[in-house]
Amino acid sequence: MNLEILGIVVLWTFLFGYVIVASIDFGAGFFNAYSLIVGKQKILTNIIQRYLSPVWEVTNVFLVFFFVGIVGFFPKTAFYYGTILLVPASFAILLLAIRGSYYAFETYGARGHKGYSFMYGLSGLLIPASLSIVFTISEGGFVSLVDGQPVLDYWTLFKSPLTWSIVLLSITAVLYISSVFLTWYANKAKDVEATALMRKYALIWALPMIITASGIIVELRGHNLEHFNRMIDLWWMFGLSFLLFLSTVWIIWNRRSYGLAFVLLVGQFALAFFAYGISHYPYLLYPLLTIYDSFTNRAMAISLVVAFIAGLCLLLPSLYLLLRLFLFNKRYVRGDSDYHP
Amino acid sequence: MLNEDALFYSRVLTELTLSFHIIYATIGVGVPLMIMIAQWVGIKKNDEHYILLARRWTRGFVITVAVGVVTGTAIGLQLSLLWPNFMELAGHVIALPLFMETFAFFFEAIFLGIYLYTWDRFENQRKHLLLLIPVAIGASFSAVFITMVNAFMNAPQGFEIMNGELVNINPLVAMFNPAMPTKVAHVVATAYMTAAFILASIAAFRLLRGSNHIYHKKALFLTMKLGLIFSIATAVIGDFSGKYLAEYQPEKLAAAEWHFETEENAPLILYGVLDDGEVKYAFKIPSALSILAHGFPSSEVVGLDQFADDEIPPLSIHYMFDIMVTIGVWMVILSLVFWLGTRRGWAFIQTKWYRWLIVLGGPLSVIAIEAGWWLAEVGRQPWVLRGVMRTAEAATSSNQVDKMLILFAGLYLILGIGSIVVLSRMFRRNPVEREIEDRKAEKGGATS
Ligand code: HDD
Ligand code: HEM
Ligand code: HEM
Repeated sequence: MNLEILGIVVLWTFLFGYVIVASIDFGAGFFNAYSLIVGKQKILTNIIQRYLSPVWEVTNVFLVFFFVGIVGFFPKTAFYYGTILLVPASFAILLLAIRGSYYAFETYGARGHKGYSFMYGLSGLLIPASLSIVFTISEGGFVSLVDGQPVLDYWTLFKSPLTWSIVLLSITAVLYISSVFLTWYANKAKDVEATALMRKYALIWALPMIITASGIIVELRGHNLEHFNRMIDLWWMFGLSFLLFLSTVWIIWNRRSYGLAFVLLVGQFALAFFAYGISHYPYLLYPLLTIYDSFTNRAMAISLVVAFIAGLCLLLPSLYLLLRLFLFNKRYVRGDSDYHP
Repeated sequence: MLNEDALFYSRVLTELTLSFHIIYATIGVGVPLMIMIAQWVGIKKNDEHYILLARRWTRGFVITVAVGVVTGTAIGLQLSLLWPNFMELAGHVIALPLFMETFAFFFEAIFLGIYLYTWDRFENQRKHLLLLIPVAIGASFSAVFITMVNAFMNAPQGFEIMNGELVNINPLVAMFNPAMPTKVAHVVATAYMTAAFILASIAAFRLLRGSNHIYHKKALFLTMKLGLIFSIATAVIGDFSGKYLAEYQPEKLAAAEWHFETEENAPLILYGVLDDGEVKYAFKIPSALSILAHGFPSSEVVGLDQFADDEIPPLSIHYMFDIMVTIGVWMVILSLVFWLGTRRGWAFIQTKWYRWLIVLGGPLSVIAIEAGWWLAEVGRQPWVLRGVMRTAEAATSSNQVDKMLILFAGLYLILGIGSIVVLSRMFRRNPVEREIEDRKAEKGGATS
């Protein structure tokens, strides 16, 4: 494996980590707001707060890691994506900032009111939608070079069905991932009511999720044939991913082990995410930028890899500790003891 | 191709974001150390008051960290959005500390989550204190790493440019550049100093507002003592920063000191205003600049006459320098007098007006931080990477920067007001006196 591929695999893996943990977070906010509207708030709030409070900052760092890492490994992306993403990325930052800080204000500070929960829930859908635009842009066709400067064509982007199908997928995936996870979490907390409600949501969102996901493959055929063909070459990965999807739904339907269901779901998304990534290779931005012509120099690449390995040795035990104390600690999850600051 | 508007608004937006972020970042670097010290003193003296102090500081800290995290995420992305050409070059040479910073964030975030939710989980308080060490280390190291990046911008090295190509890149040489030692030390010391004085302000304010509880007195004495130590460190390292400038960035020092002609026995100009290139109403201390720059009255200090007109930084940074140094010296005196007075039993340090001066100390320290950064960053102009890339060449070509500026200004306004409101409400609703009573009741038998 050469350094370019090693670099992109590391970054892609962290991006995948962000997709999963952030989806849980965003979806939880949405379900919380929704349950408030339909008057079922009591059921969910506790569960959601218990999970989110200790981890929201860690979620954010996954994202920071990705965008700092990509500029490190592939400095030219700063030039291309930095120039064109000013507006979409600024909106995403804005939403992330409001969401993150008001979560903290609300949880650790003073209780707010309903309008706030509603905004919080809504931002959970708008953020994935705005971040997902980057995937659309990377497929090419929206960026042209004018006097050597990349320029984004907003109107074409807005009109493209590909844009909207990716936005839809991001939303349905957030809701599906989040509801499967929360089913498991509520079950661990022995909260029968919440488990039943989240299970229902999981089953509701399974179908739209898989339809929108398949829709993208169809859309790509019209938009970027080269990418489409490479995806077809990887049909077995997508096939396997689909089988995992069916198993997850089957398990939840039959109320078997929700933990296993969540593990299978992570497998499903991992397979699809990496199959998408591999078929995108070697382009970072069709057809202007590949991982080869944007790669950093050898000295920097090696030092980044060394720093990464050292960092991982520090990180993995700490993450394990966090999960053990909060996610897998029965007493904490059930809320038997109150460990408030 | 140069886009003047984009350049101008990118600068304003960068200035705005960094000036806002640095307030919360400084608190984020300094306060964990203060919490750690308070909790440690509490354990050692077996004094509930210090433990409670640590606990209440932690609660406030969570709010400021949250704003630090979200504004930090903003600046991290904005660097690529507003300065794509700079980041492309920086990515090649100085990405290493930037990357290591994210690990420091990770480390801090994980352990902060654990620390917050395990207050009463351990029988032995020492174990709980152990969890705070990674938080403090992570916070301080994020400052160390990001400051290394900034030091590189002032004294770039570890690469060569041949025919427009970057060659001979050495990330470690880039990281350990000549600006690094003084810059990192000064930034970290000022963060500790500022955190101590902000916490002292709060304690003094509670005392002024009629609460005469011993809790606040202990808090005030502890924080002023820490403030004294770190303000002395700040001044000493600040002196070294000046010597660094004389050696490696003489144009910045010369502009900051209004030192126009290269000469020996150079005088130090304090305060004053610049009127048509003429210095008015200033104090002049003979030979002091030579001493400051090189340690000897007879040494020669390079003046602005040695530089091309378009490479001289704005002369207004002199005011920033004055503000920073005045506040630095003032805070050393204020905390020294307080410390001596407490030990010797001088009555006037208990008076209202003295406490008001302490209350002012927190905001003043923040102003010094801002002035210091403006001095350092504006003093680097017109370069973004000194001697290598001009700020004008680094900016984005996008036409939307002005709208983004309005958007972010609104965001920071909301965040600033929000954090102040939440913090003050949080502590007003749960005053110390009540919490001390509650804790006593808890200990008395009933377990929660
Ligand atoms: C509480 C804040 C504070 C206080 C009291 C001081 N400083 Fe400072 N100073 C900073 C906060 C700061 C800073 C914000 O941390 C800066 C901005 C960039 C940097 O490296 O540190 C800085 C920069 C800075 C620089 C420019 C370094 C460069 O551009 O590379 C010099 C020469 C000094 N300081 C010198 C001093 C002296 C002689 C002080 C006398 C007491 C002093 N500072 C007090
Ligand atoms: C947090 C403390 C910092 C503050 C308050 C700060 C403040 C400023 C200010 C006021 C300017 C504008 C100078 C001018 O336009 O005349 C500036 C420029 C700049 N700073 Fe810093 N800075 C800080 C740290 C950093 C660091 C650590 C980096 C790099 C990682 C950085 C990157 C830049 C860039 C790219 C510019 C160019 C924009 C310009 O010159 O206007 N800054 N900064
Ligand atoms: C010397 C000036 C700076 C200091 C002392 C500083 C320090 C900090 C601190 C203490 C935090 C909170 C981290 C946490 O609690 O997890 C933070 C957040 C952050 N800072 Fe700054 N920072 C500075 C300037 C900058 C600059 C110029 C950048 C841009 C490269 C930056 C990027 C970030 C990011 C991305 C975060 C969010 C990290 C997260 O998500 O946890 N900082 N910074």
